[in-house]
Amino acid sequence: MFAGLNDRAWLWTAAGFYLAGFVLGTYSILRGGRPSGAAMYVLIAVGYVLQLVGLGLRGRTVGGCPLGNNLEIYQFTAWSAITLYLVIGVTFRTSLLGYFTACLAATLTLVSLAIPAWDPALRLHIFGGNPWIELHAALAVFSYGVFGLLALTSIMFLARNHSLKSKHLGGWVSFLPSIIDLDHIGVRLLIMGVAILATSLAVASAYWLRDTASANSLKIFCTVAVWTAYAITLGLRLGGRLLARRFALTCLLIFPLALLSLEVVNSRRPLAAPHAPLSGAAKP
Amino acid sequence: MNTAGFFVIGATHHRAPIEVREKLSLAVEAAEALRGELAGIAGLHEFTMLSTCNRIEFYGVASHPETAARVSATFCARQNFDSDIFDKIRLSLSGRDAVQHLLEVAAGLDSQMIGETEIFGQVKDAYATAQARRSTGPVLNRLFQKGFQAAKHVRSTTAITTGQVSVANVAVDLALTIFGELAEARILLIGAGDIGEKTAKAFQSRGAAALTVASRRFERAMELATALSGSAMPFEQTNARLSEFDVVVCATSAPEAVVSLSAAASAIRKRPARPLFFIDLALPRDVEPTVAQLDNVFLYNLDDLATIAEENRAARVTELVKARAIVAEKADLLWKQVEAQVLALALAPTADPDPTLPHPTHQRAD
Repeated sequence: MFAGLNDRAWLWTAAGFYLAGFVLGTYSILRGGRPSGAAMYVLIAVGYVLQLVGLGLRGRTVGGCPLGNNLEIYQFTAWSAITLYLVIGVTFRTSLLGYFTACLAATLTLVSLAIPAWDPALRLHIFGGNPWIELHAALAVFSYGVFGLLALTSIMFLARNHSLKSKHLGGWVSFLPSIIDLDHIGVRLLIMGVAILATSLAVASAYWLRDTASANSLKIFCTVAVWTAYAITLGLRLGGRLLARRFALTCLLIFPLALLSLEVVNSRRPLAAPHAPLSGAAKP
Repeated sequence: MNTAGFFVIGATHHRAPIEVREKLSLAVEAAEALRGELAGIAGLHEFTMLSTCNRIEFYGVASHPETAARVSATFCARQNFDSDIFDKIRLSLSGRDAVQHLLEVAAGLDSQMIGETEIFGQVKDAYATAQARRSTGPVLNRLFQKGFQAAKHVRSTTAITTGQVSVANVAVDLALTIFGELAEARILLIGAGDIGEKTAKAFQSRGAAALTVASRRFERAMELATALSGSAMPFEQTNARLSEFDVVVCATSAPEAVVSLSAAASAIRKRPARPLFFIDLALPRDVEPTVAQLDNVFLYNLDDLATIAEENRAARVTELVKARAIVAEKADLLWKQVEAQVLALALAPTADPDPTLPHPTHQRAD
């Protein structure tokens, strides 16, 4: 039954599961209950597997890591965030993290699928067959997934903090983890994201240094700027200079800027031989 | 009291005031002796006895309509309690209504503090004891086991147990929403009065281990600290050592604030990554209200806590309707499952009643 599905159909189905998780969570919250952690986990896990199949098919078609256009980058970012959630969700048992992750994943995947221009039929070969650049790109986008999850925990922290300060403790906020737990998760995610993006930059720099002509200064600037912003935030947090609400707010505000930088990075890809048109993708 | 088949008989906080419940409460030895006496009542095929501070109830399966009355009379005789008074305050239900009552009790819907969960454990203990004494059978086994499932279902699908309804427990819940767990949290109690002591005990009952008491009367602080297995601290050092603590419970009778904004600000500067939670139970207030403006500092006073407790209480009452509807549905289903068994037991031949046991009429005051 599924054998004839193309990559976009798999991705749409995966997005449907993420959306179902978000709708289920919203329904539970509106009814005054806690979203079922198990149901949420299963829906997200199924979506994750389907998305993996979709990305795998796309990767096979393009002959590399599917990071060649906005659709693929946003899909990969969502997939990275889900990967971490599936680990963190079990380890930390963070209430509502599944709900927020489903919300983020549904948004990223549905928006990227709904905009035809983000997935043109004729696409450019982006990595020039260089596995190191491919690794660099994959790590960089994975770190964006980590930062996405960090933004979610920051929202949760701010909501919890606000509820405690304003003394309005009822409703969905009551299902959030404690302030301390959210803060600890945030710091760990930030350390992880900064380390992964640093590794990505280190891999890329080794290549750029050998072939300076291929390096795009705006792209490098954007990526380094994102890493620097998160690294400074981490330094200030570990040094006790940026804490609690201001730390969460900073992490939250950097994320949309990081996503915007993806657009700049993607638009600066080196031109190469075009691939064959992709199945199901938008016509140019 | 014409109750054959499955019945419940007893007295609860609804109609029995505390002074009556005191007289009805059963000591361990008395309860054991009563079990022996109840086991001797002819026609009482199965029984379980539930004795808590808010209720004494006997669940049973009987052949004769008067068996429940004999249970009641036996109990009154054991407690030396006037059976006429008992009749006036008595709870007596049978069949499906008794099933619904059991389910409501187990789910905490019939408790004085609606939604409390301690009763669930007490019902389980009562059933376990009855099982150990072999006084349960197929009917009570099914009813209690299914009743526990129903109670869990009610608790998980409604908000009947959510939110604390006492000021001390609300304070502890708030601390948990800040710190996650209290095992590592350091608690400072400023003031050694009753309310502070109750709150400190509530913290300890939820896992807090490190407790320090500060009071203007150091001997009193020492005394309370010893009683709570904590340590004492001179009152004069409180502001200087605030940064050492995560939760500060203030309950002094001082006419002015004992924790100033500058003291709290200085404390949070020394421990910026860890929140500081002030619980101000004093009137006049012990903590300057402006302390609440500090980042990573949370301040709740007596009114705040009382408001939350009241909201939680109101929320539980609202949930009660939903919970009772669930229980009614479960009771219908459960009664249909056991009705035939109950009827078969009720019709089963029984030995003649033990003439040595008190008869209901023996207890009536003439």
